[in-house]
Amino acid sequence: MQHTTTQDTLVGLFVASGIVGLFFLAMHVSNLSSFSDQDSYVITARFENSGGLKVKSPVSAAGVKIGKVTSISFDPKTYESVVQLNIDAKYNTLPDDTTASIFTAGLLGEQYVNLEPGGSEEYLKSNGKIEITQSAIILEKAIGQFLFKSAEEKK
Amino acid sequence: MIRFIQNLGKSTRISFTKLGRASYFLIQIISGIASVLVRPRLLLNQLYSVGVLSFLIITISGLFVGMVLGLQGYYTLSDFGAEETLGVMVAASLVRELGPVVSALLFAGRAGSALTAEIGLMKATEQLSGMEMMAVDPVKRIITPRFLAGFISMPLLAGLFSAVGIIGGEMIGSGLLGVDEGAYWSQMQAGIDFYDDIINGVIKSVVFGFVTSWIALFEGYDAIPTSEGVSRATTRTVVNSAFSILGLDFILTALMFGDN
Repeated sequence: MQHTTTQDTLVGLFVASGIVGLFFLAMHVSNLSSFSDQDSYVITARFENSGGLKVKSPVSAAGVKIGKVTSISFDPKTYESVVQLNIDAKYNTLPDDTTASIFTAGLLGEQYVNLEPGGSEEYLKSNGKIEITQSAIILEKAIGQFLFKSAEEKK
Repeated sequence: MIRFIQNLGKSTRISFTKLGRASYFLIQIISGIASVLVRPRLLLNQLYSVGVLSFLIITISGLFVGMVLGLQGYYTLSDFGAEETLGVMVAASLVRELGPVVSALLFAGRAGSALTAEIGLMKATEQLSGMEMMAVDPVKRIITPRFLAGFISMPLLAGLFSAVGIIGGEMIGSGLLGVDEGAYWSQMQAGIDFYDDIINGVIKSVVFGFVTSWIALFEGYDAIPTSEGVSRATTRTVVNSAFSILGLDFILTALMFGDN
């Protein structure tokens, strides 16, 4: 009987350590603990051009990540890009005149949505809309305009 | 020329019959699961010999793989001034690919070959036919517990491999080479997604566990009952498992991470 109890113990240890390993991966390595979809609310913003923004791109305010982009779609009536933002429920005090703009992290980094809070007393509610938006800066467009301008000046 | 085509046809026929026998064998294994679960002692014994005895090789290899990833990743990333992303690199490569694949390869070498040799010898020494004489179904009694044990152990071992590897990478990265420890973990948490990366890695290891145990048991059960036949079957187990693990890994990766 002694033999089988040691075997039981070892198998128990093995299973426990495997589960601890998987749990460690889930909680410590992935983003599961830091952000979950359940306690968040949705707001939409319409951009003239959402550039290279992707689903899961971060949404940040003052440089801190407060949510992520959940969907990007094209509105065939207004020819705008409709971007849905999932904001962590903790941050429910964004004024309703918040400005959303699409920035690039570094020169070649990924694009993200930056929220600039305004001065309104009213807060954005779930399914609310951001009215003031600023499109992504398309680098090629900016270079094109610059070249065009310098050619004009030479005339 | 005719001879060549004849041989091609013959080998196709042989591989089809083998596949058919293997599928039939799999159905027998799966239909035996219920009768194993009512006698968990059988399963426990096999979990010991398949899982616990593979524990050491998996953790030690995981540690070293993580340490090598930390070193190599650091040298490459520091050329671009991006040492802080070492954590993402180590964790993503371990969780997505190396964890499931390397642990499955080690598992095939450590446990799969032992299973084949054991079953093959049981067949060669007519223990299996002896059991049939006593009206004990050898598949239910011998094969299914081993299959279930492999199937259960594999994801646990792969998770352990990745976890130990990430710690090994951290030991080298922030302990030896001076990557900031906070950046290592926070970049990792920002870069690794629970569903996309970790769950997909676990699914991979479940598939590999299924396939390697199936191959190992079938090769043993199907071995020619001589000492030479058993040794050939053991070789085939390791070779076929390695091929199917790597091939399936490509297919699963293309399916899971293709549309990013």
